[in-house]
Amino acid sequence: MSAKKLNLSEVIITKGVQISGLSSILFVLLILFFLISEGVPALFDVPISELLSQRWYPIEGYYGIVPLILGSLVVTLGASIIAVPFGVLTAVFIAEIAPKWLAEILKPLVELLAGLPSVVLGFLGILIVSPFLRDVLKLPTGLTAFTGSLLLGGIAIPTIVSISEDALKNVPVSYRHGSLALGITRWQTIWQVTVPAARTGILTAIMLGLGRTIGETMTVMMVTGNAPVIPDSLRSLFLPIRTMTATIASEMGEVASGSVHYHVLFFIGIVLFVFTMTVNIIASKISSREIKRSERILS
Amino acid sequence: MNTIHKKLFCFFISLSIILSGCQNNIQTQDEIDGTVTTSAYLENKGSDTMVNMALFWAEEYQKENSEVSISVTGGGSGTGISALISNTVDIANASRKIKQEEILEANANDVYPKELIVARDAIAVIVNPENPIDRLTLQQISDIYSGKIENWSELGGDDRPIVKLSRETNSGTHVYFLEAVIRLGNSKDKTIFSADTLLLPSSEGIISEVANNPNAIGYDGLGYITSDVKVLAVENSLGDYILPSIDTVNQNIYPISRDLYMYTNGEPTGIIKTYMDWILSEAGQKIVADLGFVPILKGET
Repeated sequence: MSAKKLNLSEVIITKGVQISGLSSILFVLLILFFLISEGVPALFDVPISELLSQRWYPIEGYYGIVPLILGSLVVTLGASIIAVPFGVLTAVFIAEIAPKWLAEILKPLVELLAGLPSVVLGFLGILIVSPFLRDVLKLPTGLTAFTGSLLLGGIAIPTIVSISEDALKNVPVSYRHGSLALGITRWQTIWQVTVPAARTGILTAIMLGLGRTIGETMTVMMVTGNAPVIPDSLRSLFLPIRTMTATIASEMGEVASGSVHYHVLFFIGIVLFVFTMTVNIIASKISSREIKRSERILS
Repeated sequence: MNTIHKKLFCFFISLSIILSGCQNNIQTQDEIDGTVTTSAYLENKGSDTMVNMALFWAEEYQKENSEVSISVTGGGSGTGISALISNTVDIANASRKIKQEEILEANANDVYPKELIVARDAIAVIVNPENPIDRLTLQQISDIYSGKIENWSELGGDDRPIVKLSRETNSGTHVYFLEAVIRLGNSKDKTIFSADTLLLPSSEGIISEVANNPNAIGYDGLGYITSDVKVLAVENSLGDYILPSIDTVNQNIYPISRDLYMYTNGEPTGIIKTYMDWILSEAGQKIVADLGFVPILKGET
């Protein structure tokens, strides 16, 4: 009786776990299918040359998505220039330099930053960062790609810090002891032993942080000005731009279902999906290469 | 019988009790509805500019008259009018006058659109209070937004770049501004906003940027304007510079204003008539003013 009962509950639990595991794959496939079935018709509605043109003004039939793609890239690039050095250095400080009590305060604080809703960050951007940048840098307006980059950097930093710090912590203590025993200074140990040893973990952290910035919507919609301008020089970083995410978010609500504009918005969704997927694939490639190498060493 | 079976049994018993309880409740509810009141259903569709106002009207009216249920949908003035032509709505909202060909099409379908002005809408052009400019012509505003004028000094102001602000393209105000100001009402004109116009997702965003940035120019419905920004006088067809206000809109002398309409099939009767009378009443027009549109004066339609 009791064995039978155990069997029954075991079967239920196994099936339950199996179904949850499979359903997550199923959901991703369904979302992908939906995205493609709604987005691909755009290619038949609008000629490719039109999609690759330089003007986005959908209510008059201008469907050039180039300014939107470039806009997203500029903001992400700007964010990475800010977040990568800052994030990695913070991780190094927390993992290697800071005394234990300080590290114990800093890490939860940084992780708390990750929980900050992006709309709050956008609000800070509108009220404080953008007027400040306009005054200090003498810009025509503070709603620029750079403002977006700065705030998105703030969103990416917690991810980068948290994962890089874990990677640094996972470097065996014997590495550090060994190098210090050879008479190398602490500074040299950090930059020539510990950080290179944690390199792949840090790269994964960077890629995941960037993945977050490409997909971020609310903050960029609030602070980048949403003007679909082609960024063509370094100066463009300090001018308004329009990202793919902000375009989808602000236009999807009002668009007539099944219209050309609707399909083009889904097409932008596909482009965005391809971007984030590429970043994630690169990130997982990097971490799996690490595993292979360590397997080689062990064998 | 083991415990699982017992539990299941109890579960089904209680489930059936609960379900039968629901069944009884539904029946009594039906009886109340059927005997005490006669229900009516109104379909209201059209202009996105007016959809908020129409929703507020419907909500408020249904609070007072629970027997009427009104469904409000947007889709644009054209959508509303074509639904009226095919006789699938009771009231069509439109932020533009019905076209002659639409009337002919409706007549062919045995539908006779009857027009009622339910509110007015004025769009104020605003700049930062520090900006010395206080008046512009429609042509100048059009040249600013299409990118022909890029510095305030070209208009006699300070040597500052012009930062143009607009609502997003899905906003009815955006479309009206495009047609009435940028294209100066010429439907063959294909001018559009210059690409570097900032498209902000909310009215509040426009007001706060204009209030903080001396380079900025923006436009917005009269109701959204706060004292932090400076409203420009705009030249009308008589050559006078006029500031937007409820009075100047009602006198038809402020140039960037429009009537908002509701169309019905023939003279409204019954519930439709009571509803539309209510919209023109003080209670209905108070909602108009609350939402930042210009209410219709009493005794005027």
